[in-house]
Amino acid sequence: MTTTVTAGSMAGTRSGESGLERQRARAAFWFLVPMLAMLAFVAAWPLLRSIMLSLTDADANTIFSGSYEWVGFDNYLRAQERADGTIRWRGVLVDASWWNAVWNTIRFAVMSVTLETILGLLVALVLHAEFRGRGLVRAAILIPWAIPTIVSARMWGWMFNDQYGIINHMLLSVGLIDAPIAWTARPDTAMIAVLIVDVWKTTPFMALLILAGLQMIPKEMYEAAKLDGIHPVRVFFRVTLPLLKPALMVAVIFRLLDALRIFDLIYVLTPRSSSTVTMSVISFQNIREFGDYAEGSAQSTILFLIILVFVTLYIWLGRVDLSGERSR
Amino acid sequence: METLTFLLWQLVRFAIFLAVALAVTFPFLYAVLAAGERGEEDRSPAGLFWRGMFWLVVGLIVLVAVFPFYYAILSSLETGTALFRVNYLPESFNLANYRDVLTRPAFVRAVGNSVFVATITVIAALILAVTASYALARVRFRGRGLLLMTILAVSMFPQIAVLSGLYELINWLGLYNTPWSLILSYTIFTLPFTVWVLTTFMRDLPIEIEEAAIMDGASPWIIITRVFMPLLWPALVTTGLLAFIGAWNEFLFALTFTISENQRTVPVAIAIFTGASVQEIPWGPIMAASVLVTVPLIVLVLVFQRKIVAGLTAGGVKG
Amino acid sequence: MANIQLRNVVKAFGAAKVIKGVDLEIRRGEFMVFVGPSGCGKSTLLRLIAGLETITSGDLLFDGERMNSVLPSKRGIAMVFQSYALYPHMTVYENMAFGMKLAGASKEELDARVRRAARMLQIDHLLERLPRQLSGGQRQRVAIGRAITRDPRVFLFDEPLSNLDAALRVATRLEIAKLHHEMRDVTMIYVTHDQVEAMTLADRICVLRDGRVEQVGTPAELYDHPANLFVAGFIGSPRMNFIEGPIAAEHGCATLGVRSEHLDLVSEEEGTWTGRVVHAEDLGSDNYLFVDMGLSEPVIVRQPGKVAVAMGEQVWLRPQPGRLHRFDGNGQPIPVPMAAE
Repeated sequence: MTTTVTAGSMAGTRSGESGLERQRARAAFWFLVPMLAMLAFVAAWPLLRSIMLSLTDADANTIFSGSYEWVGFDNYLRAQERADGTIRWRGVLVDASWWNAVWNTIRFAVMSVTLETILGLLVALVLHAEFRGRGLVRAAILIPWAIPTIVSARMWGWMFNDQYGIINHMLLSVGLIDAPIAWTARPDTAMIAVLIVDVWKTTPFMALLILAGLQMIPKEMYEAAKLDGIHPVRVFFRVTLPLLKPALMVAVIFRLLDALRIFDLIYVLTPRSSSTVTMSVISFQNIREFGDYAEGSAQSTILFLIILVFVTLYIWLGRVDLSGERSR
Repeated sequence: METLTFLLWQLVRFAIFLAVALAVTFPFLYAVLAAGERGEEDRSPAGLFWRGMFWLVVGLIVLVAVFPFYYAILSSLETGTALFRVNYLPESFNLANYRDVLTRPAFVRAVGNSVFVATITVIAALILAVTASYALARVRFRGRGLLLMTILAVSMFPQIAVLSGLYELINWLGLYNTPWSLILSYTIFTLPFTVWVLTTFMRDLPIEIEEAAIMDGASPWIIITRVFMPLLWPALVTTGLLAFIGAWNEFLFALTFTISENQRTVPVAIAIFTGASVQEIPWGPIMAASVLVTVPLIVLVLVFQRKIVAGLTAGGVKG
Repeated sequence: MANIQLRNVVKAFGAAKVIKGVDLEIRRGEFMVFVGPSGCGKSTLLRLIAGLETITSGDLLFDGERMNSVLPSKRGIAMVFQSYALYPHMTVYENMAFGMKLAGASKEELDARVRRAARMLQIDHLLERLPRQLSGGQRQRVAIGRAITRDPRVFLFDEPLSNLDAALRVATRLEIAKLHHEMRDVTMIYVTHDQVEAMTLADRICVLRDGRVEQVGTPAELYDHPANLFVAGFIGSPRMNFIEGPIAAEHGCATLGVRSEHLDLVSEEEGTWTGRVVHAEDLGSDNYLFVDMGLSEPVIVRQPGKVAVAMGEQVWLRPQPGRLHRFDGNGQPIPVPMAAE
């Protein structure tokens, strides 16, 4: 017989009967307006303008004077007829450096989230066990999360330093490598360096989300399994993991969305490395460094669309209850 | 065809990657599970072995989590050639790097800017979010679920997607290269985040207290200010702190919307720290600056540890 | 102070009807108890009267005035919640004063009323404490005190005793009964699922099932003349024995009801029915014998004092004359109770 206080539709017109219902509906409306207006102003409007700019030829000189021109989808794809009559395709969609960035982003997102999920699960299981000093371990885990991304990029940049870095020193002294490696500069190791830092920084967050999921599983489940003498690893795969799946799904989608838009770590740790440049980085470079608002906006719009499609698919296929509404 | 084989090959590579990652992690996982099963009282050889393995895992986790920051502190206390000699234990206690950083007006200014921007952003977001989250948590109306999803989506979408539009807006408002440009743009992620987290906290307040207030003649505004706010202040502190950390750490907008040295925020200042010459990266001062801006955060996070964990999992969003 | 009328009141949550047309009149100064199994709609009905839920159709009148769209705080009602619902951050005094303060009462009047209510409930020494410093029983008193301070014309209780332990429940029940005597002109509506509370407190009881009123009447009326099989089974403890099959057919009904205290243990010659004792409960003052008469459930016989009956022993029973309840196949009573032979 638990019922929340209800209040018809926002307009409060459904039955129009109760003073209370109408009062609450009206209040709710006015409570939401400032927040929604603010979001429309700083998020929706700039997003629309960015998409519109991607359909123009705006650059640093024309963007404020408004003298840029409408070019349709030319920034994305356009045919160029050469003097000899052959047709050449130009635009972001046939730009090799763009596709390289797309590929880097996907590679980074998939690998980092995979590693973070596996390691996060391990850390969460450790924190879920009962032992002396658990509070200290949790505190230690929180440290990488609390450090600003830029700071961790700098710290690790120093550790990855080719001449004086401690990583090379360690690997050399145990004989794993025989010459120092320029981790952040070499094309084949730059992505590894980025992945290590991101996994280091973000696994704690993942672990805390998974830990919250673990704590929702009733203790009786484990006790019953223990009484039945089932091996703990079996219990983990048969009981814990299936029950953990919803929490894991939510954690993974949050992390994936976050990984797809990565910018700061890569921009600071491995600047100018084409093997790590991501969609956000290439778009930023076009906008801010080359003043090419048109092309940069086109790229950021594609990233936005990719994430939009991805989220829709994920929610639709996985039926993930992100808003927590259904469980109420 | 070429793309297809490429993708297939990448899938195979990913499968190998996944298998290796799982194979490496599995022994540790096994140790944790086996030790948890046996309990601390088990004194049999097998029990002691798994217990030992468990502590090994714990030790590894703590070491990996703490070491980089420890090493940054270590390096920040070294100058000259000592800095470039790798050492694992503290050897010198030289505050020269800190003196260097703190006498750079631009850096001190950047800290001030960051504090100002993050504080104002958080206060503004909390003011707008408290009432909005009351409406979202406590009043049922059509489309509430959709609205919540939209707000969540805003906090998740890539910031780069609004960059050029926002740049135009900020110039039009005449805010370019001022802290206000950052306060405005940080609202994009702090506001949805605070609304979202406060909504989940607000949902958990007992309904009967609200109904008692209704019977006492309290309007929604009175319920929020006189009844809920005093009960929610721990949640407000947590949410505010998480939003503060988010604003404090932001880089992309800060890099885009500020240009002069004395308008920068801390992340930008640290990212483009320069030394005496262009070629030489001043690692010592960089480490000192990193430690300086991180220690307060770590202290705050450790003090509010429990609350932060609750807030993070409530929001499910990276702060 | 108020006479409450409900006219064909319906409440629906979406497609689900929870209250299916209730007509009810609650008299001025009456103590009315809504009772029924969980999910019967009794709390919803109370919340409709309080104004916390909107009435889907029908009318709610206080002294003839339509209340459907009046704000809860403007209806002149006070409510005591199951979980006390005290404001955790306010002292007892502030808790009690909050409503009046919002209504803009003067400081002197507010202070006088709070102190009067506190004296009535003997909580004057607790006024400066916070709710978390109080025991469960004290919290419940404060919740009642907060309601009294509002000086309501209608007092609503939503299962106020269900969070208290057994001993405290009896004491608080007494307290509420006393309150009713002292506030003669205040109408009180009390929701409970516990029929003992209903029987001991009520002037009249309203039995609800599945969103409908089954019977309204004084406790004695409900006990002696249940309007149907449901009320007969719901009111009274232990539950009324229902006998079906050949024995019921003998009496010309589908179900024959007889309360446990209306069955006597007699000798073989005097006995009407017989069976074996399968279980006995000794409550000290009374003995409950469970007698298996070959029916689907054993018949319960209540015997005062000590009874020496061995398990498995055969006993003979005789229903007291004029105490049998006969019901037809639809659970409706067949009038003129037939005396046992």
